Amino acid sequence: MTQTESQVALPELLIQPKAGPTEPESHDVRLEVRGLSFYYGQHRALKAISLPIYANRVTAFIGPSGCGKSTLLRTFNRMFELYKGQRAEGQVLLDGKDILAPDVDVTDLRSRVGMVFQKPTPFPMSIFDNIAFGIALYEKLPRNVLRERVEVALRRAALWDEVKDKLNHSGMSLSGGQQQRLCIARAIAVEPEVILMDEPASALDPIATARIEELVDHLSERYTIVIVTHNMQQAARVSDYTAFMFMGELVEYGQTEQVFTKPREVKTRDYLTGRFG
Amino acid sequence: MKKDRSLFLRRRITNGVMLSAAALSAAFGLVWLFWIAGTLVKNGVPAINWAFFTQLPAPPGTPGGGLANAIVGSLIVTGLATAIGVPVGVLAGTYLAEFGRKSLFAKTVRFVADVLVSAPSIVIGVFVYAIVVMAMHGFSAIAGAIALALIMIPVVVRVTEEILTLVPDTLREAALALGAPYWKVVLMICYRRALGGMTTGILLAVARVSGETAPLLFTALNSPFWTPSLDKPIATLNVTLFNYAMSPYDDWRSLAWGAALLITCGVLATTILARVVVGRIRI
Repeated sequence: MTQTESQVALPELLIQPKAGPTEPESHDVRLEVRGLSFYYGQHRALKAISLPIYANRVTAFIGPSGCGKSTLLRTFNRMFELYKGQRAEGQVLLDGKDILAPDVDVTDLRSRVGMVFQKPTPFPMSIFDNIAFGIALYEKLPRNVLRERVEVALRRAALWDEVKDKLNHSGMSLSGGQQQRLCIARAIAVEPEVILMDEPASALDPIATARIEELVDHLSERYTIVIVTHNMQQAARVSDYTAFMFMGELVEYGQTEQVFTKPREVKTRDYLTGRFG
Repeated sequence: MKKDRSLFLRRRITNGVMLSAAALSAAFGLVWLFWIAGTLVKNGVPAINWAFFTQLPAPPGTPGGGLANAIVGSLIVTGLATAIGVPVGVLAGTYLAEFGRKSLFAKTVRFVADVLVSAPSIVIGVFVYAIVVMAMHGFSAIAGAIALALIMIPVVVRVTEEILTLVPDTLREAALALGAPYWKVVLMICYRRALGGMTTGILLAVARVSGETAPLLFTALNSPFWTPSLDKPIATLNVTLFNYAMSPYDDWRSLAWGAALLITCGVLATTILARVVVGRIRI
């Protein structure tokens, strides 16, 4: 974000955070990160991060490019394991159990922790099959039950009305915003507990972005959502909790309203006011 | 600053000269192509009639006769070669793109495949002669098919690998993030995405081997009759064309023109099909 943009944006930011309880709440902790460090080869990209992610809340990770927010997100479903030389140290507890432990089944983990990517990634198949693909990985369902499940997923992702008459059309024929909601529906269809979103709206136009944000808000009733975003207004609008990261460190973590209006750390304040980043 | 008119004039002239040279070169290439095609049609069309497709070759001097056995033989040998070459090529290409990637083994295979792509086909023919024909004590359809398959494999390997490499990693990640095992991702996502390109590549590989003659001379040989089984020599259009074109008999030479026309049309049809497929298969 450029200097001028942030300066203009600030007053707006200050009044915008999602209205939420001001008292610290006591919710269940769904994910707990404990002393997590991450390495790309020799480079230490995360430095002993610890934070709780609360159940049925939206948690945003913000910070300048390269601060480690996406890296942190990708440890939650062990996506990093695909690449050589990447490793995590420390613990990430999902419902109290360390998911980084070597005996954890990655397939099982990924059925519980879904992910939505920056660019929409519809599979090269029909809209229906895009959703059914994930379901079929875990359950053998009769056709009519499968249809219901697909419908439920598409409804929850607020896409049903737009695609109900063309379920056999290619998923790639949809618009960018629809494709992204299709990907969200696909993630929902496997009934995860947590949904990770890696800048889910950064490739979309403002209207499509607004729809995704609305959706995120809605989905938090059922799922725990962790969202990485470059867009501070977006973090302010959609999240209940915000973690500000810088150079691989967690600088500040708290309720979104507090982080945006009364940041405790100078670095957070500087970032929010556009002095760097 | 005053503009130098002569500079513009010089540029225009250079442009004109270079453009003419390029157009002439293109025309030069096309002339031969049309000459060949025209001669083929002129001499080939008279040879093509019902008997050409239905009868066995007649003995020299006897009028009539056709190349039914060679047409069927070509289809059998090419079909068999495709049945051997495509699965091996696709699997090896998949290994390179999805699993081996930058490993030493994958790099070696890739290098060898590149060398084999440009290996002279006659060398492949002699090689198959040594390891199959000698071992089986005779020329055979199967030896011909193996020779063609060996020519096909490196082409299919490289095409498969290249098309699969074009499938974005984000798509693989998205499928893996759902908890899909990697083999399912390759089978259900990557192949589907790559289907159009792979089909085109395979068809072009088929078109390429269907024009090969040299390797068949050493392996399938030829036969004036129907071939009773795959371990016997078999007639193919290419070898028949080679033999008949060299013969002193007018009937045979006419049949050779027909064979040449038919092979050319077959290759053309396959190539056009390949182009159509890449446009059609869009998922």
